[in-house]
Amino acid sequence: MLPLRQALRRPLTLVALAAIPVVVLAVFFVLPVVGMVGRGFRPEGHWDVAGVIEVLERPRVHRVLWFTVWSSTVATAITLLLGLPAAYVLHRLALPLRRVVRAALLVPFVLPTVVVGVAFRQLLTGPLDWLPIDGTPIAIIAGLVFFNVAVVIRAVGAAWESLDARPAEAAAALGAGPWTVFRTVTLPALRPAIVGAASVVFLFCATSFGVVLTLGGLRYASVETEIYLLTTDLLDLQGAAALSLLQLAVVVVLLAVGARLRPAREASAQRAPTRPRRPRLSDAPQLAVTTVLLAFVAAPLAALLVGSLRVTTSGGERWSLANYRALSSTGSHQALIEPATTALDLSLRIAVDATLFALVLGLLVALSVTRRTHSRAERRLRGVLDAFFMLPLGVSAVTLGFGFLITLDRPPVDLRDSPWLVPIAQALVALPLVVRTLVPALGGIDDRQRQAAASLGAGPLRRMLVVDVPVLWRPLLASAGFAFAVSLGEFGATSFLARDENATLPVVIFRLIGHPGPMNYGMALAASCVLAATTAVVMLVVERLRVPSLGVL
Amino acid sequence: MRSMRALATAASITALVLTASACSVSTKDDNSSGSPSSAPSNQGTATAPKIRDVVLVTHDSWNLPKKLVAQWEQQTGYHLVVRSSGDAGQLTNKLVLTQGSPDGDVSFGVDNTFATRALKADVFAPYTPASVPAGVSQYDVAGDDGSHLTPIDHSAVCVNVDTTWFAAHKIPAPQTLDDLTKPAYKNLFVTAGASTSSPGMAFLLATIAKYGDGWQNYWQKLMANGAEITDGWDQAYDVEFTQGGGHGKRPIVLSYDSDPAFTVQKDGSTTTKALLDTCFSQVEYAGVLTGAKNVPGAEAFLDWLLSPQVQAKLPDAMYVYPVVSGTALPADWAKYAVQPTKPLTVSPAEIDANREKWLQQWSDVTSR
Repeated sequence: MLPLRQALRRPLTLVALAAIPVVVLAVFFVLPVVGMVGRGFRPEGHWDVAGVIEVLERPRVHRVLWFTVWSSTVATAITLLLGLPAAYVLHRLALPLRRVVRAALLVPFVLPTVVVGVAFRQLLTGPLDWLPIDGTPIAIIAGLVFFNVAVVIRAVGAAWESLDARPAEAAAALGAGPWTVFRTVTLPALRPAIVGAASVVFLFCATSFGVVLTLGGLRYASVETEIYLLTTDLLDLQGAAALSLLQLAVVVVLLAVGARLRPAREASAQRAPTRPRRPRLSDAPQLAVTTVLLAFVAAPLAALLVGSLRVTTSGGERWSLANYRALSSTGSHQALIEPATTALDLSLRIAVDATLFALVLGLLVALSVTRRTHSRAERRLRGVLDAFFMLPLGVSAVTLGFGFLITLDRPPVDLRDSPWLVPIAQALVALPLVVRTLVPALGGIDDRQRQAAASLGAGPLRRMLVVDVPVLWRPLLASAGFAFAVSLGEFGATSFLARDENATLPVVIFRLIGHPGPMNYGMALAASCVLAATTAVVMLVVERLRVPSLGVL
Repeated sequence: MRSMRALATAASITALVLTASACSVSTKDDNSSGSPSSAPSNQGTATAPKIRDVVLVTHDSWNLPKKLVAQWEQQTGYHLVVRSSGDAGQLTNKLVLTQGSPDGDVSFGVDNTFATRALKADVFAPYTPASVPAGVSQYDVAGDDGSHLTPIDHSAVCVNVDTTWFAAHKIPAPQTLDDLTKPAYKNLFVTAGASTSSPGMAFLLATIAKYGDGWQNYWQKLMANGAEITDGWDQAYDVEFTQGGGHGKRPIVLSYDSDPAFTVQKDGSTTTKALLDTCFSQVEYAGVLTGAKNVPGAEAFLDWLLSPQVQAKLPDAMYVYPVVSGTALPADWAKYAVQPTKPLTVSPAEIDANREKWLQQWSDVTSR
């Protein structure tokens, strides 16, 4: 009896740990997507698989797929090239204001694409007019890098910070040059974090919607924009289903490649973070790249800020805070039903919920996929689970949004009018980021530490407190910041679900920018700046929080 | 056993966190649903239990003054719940997809370019308001004749010009669609794309109405003359247009016939003008949804949309003209917004039959 129980216990615990996230994902992701894709496969109530396959043979679909793959690949590569040096500079070097800079770098991540599109285009048609890139793939790729570079800096930076410095020091002491140390010691140790960040960035690029349309001037179509057109305008569900499957296929291939690149064992993490050191002359290249990156990120933001502080009066343009004061009104010609301040309040509330959901789910997922594996089957199951939770990133918000409407409409899941739908949808978008940040950290804990604690008489809770929590604390805060930012800025899924009574700030900005009246445009810019500042402040608080708590627990 | 204990702890922590989070969104909800509970019971002793909530499914341009809605709620004892998202196309497709299990009782915002799709899918239940005011039926969808869809407002999508720019450059402003292809107006025109924006689609339809089978030829000339295409109205107006918030470089933009009323200066002049020979007429409809839970409420709401109070507020609230004849317009509108007398039109049935083909051809002509 006992051996059987022993044998069953491990898989059972795994199932129990993973059960909640799996059920949540099944109801709020698999069910809607399957419902929506199913409609495409059964247009008249009977199966028509041939019709879907026919769509995949259209030359336009091939063009669209090719554009999506190459533009996302290039954008991901550039994001990594710029992000890695910046992650190093901002997390390992003792520079003044690095916390502020780190927080500020997350800002692009939350800005609605509508606004960034406007800011970017004002730069490209204004001060940067001499650069002939407006409406080209270069502009699209620049936009993608702008949005995603924070993912690399944050995810890799957190791993870099908690990396044990001693192996590198040992290598250096044995005569290895800085480049050799980086290549043979640091890079392999960071590989899980880098691969994780890269796959997330790729998924974000491949499913980005606003950037492609706004900066490409409608000349380029990606799989995502094509699904949007087919679903919301043409109601060609068959075509949309085919493309959704294509999207899923690309994601699955990508995840498989990512899993291959990740080492079987994660590098061991260190509990006390390495103290950041003073910059040396040898850090100059990294510092230079970081400076370029900061300028690149700051330019559109500055354009936004300047725009929000200008008002047009009869005597011409002048500086004023009028746009900000107007945020407590409903806009010129009543563009809004509730003032923007109400929307900010609601956005924050939703972000708190979404962050908590994402953290709880992410923690459960991370715990279940990093538990020590005994059998090959168990390891494979973990791999599948790990990939499963990345899927929401790879599916179009349109498919998911319409899927909610047609599948969550009857008991037992009559949820489409629930106020929880928005935070849950946002949590699903943030979940992969949380998981990808937590898994490398958790995986880096040497299980012998837990065994040692157990042999000294520590119970499971105490083991968790003394072994897991100290290592997990920082990545957890980092991912909380991520989730919060994602929730604050999420527009795609939210715009499908948002009601008038609860329009979030990005939805309000979108509404303001789409209404004529001089004040509305200025208010949209001002509201974007408020959104940006709110994010930056929240990030700063998160960064502050984590320092004194370290080592106390 | 140990792992079970760990699990129990984890579960209780989860529960704790979930309760903590419940404070945020649910508190908000209590507040919002608590406030409009001042519904008087002027219905006397009703026989059947009356459903209080009337759920409106609409697009994100829906907007009526709060006070006006509150008045209606007071008078009727109903409570209006608004679910708005997306544009007219998204709204129509949402209604078609949820046919039979609608996410509300009544819908506003399906326009003449999507009306046939909605009617074919049997989205709307038969209902004609008890009294249809004068002028409304001229906007009916041909074939439906007001039996399912009731016209509520209309507007026209027109090419607009920045009159100050043309005065300063001493060039006569263009007048017609043909003018836009002339060398004098090279690189001056910006429009939203037909595939991503409903005004953009309306402009495509205007050219189809005007040139018939020759429309692709017209678009080729338009593109050769340096027309710029953006994804949405906001990009065209806010970024590219000289009178937009971003002070762009193009003085000709695709927008609405009411726009001149929004560019009025302090001295009482307006800086833009709509070209009335380039306009495509848009009509927005409302209807009771098939499978609605609160049919009487939906019908009462629909009647109210045609009432003088609502019709008079439409211009300010949603930038559209009322359909009821004789409704007074706001002062700025009466003075500056000029309506086209003969807007270009394409029948809803024809649009529905050709939309995909036209968009495909349009994409081929406009992508370089």
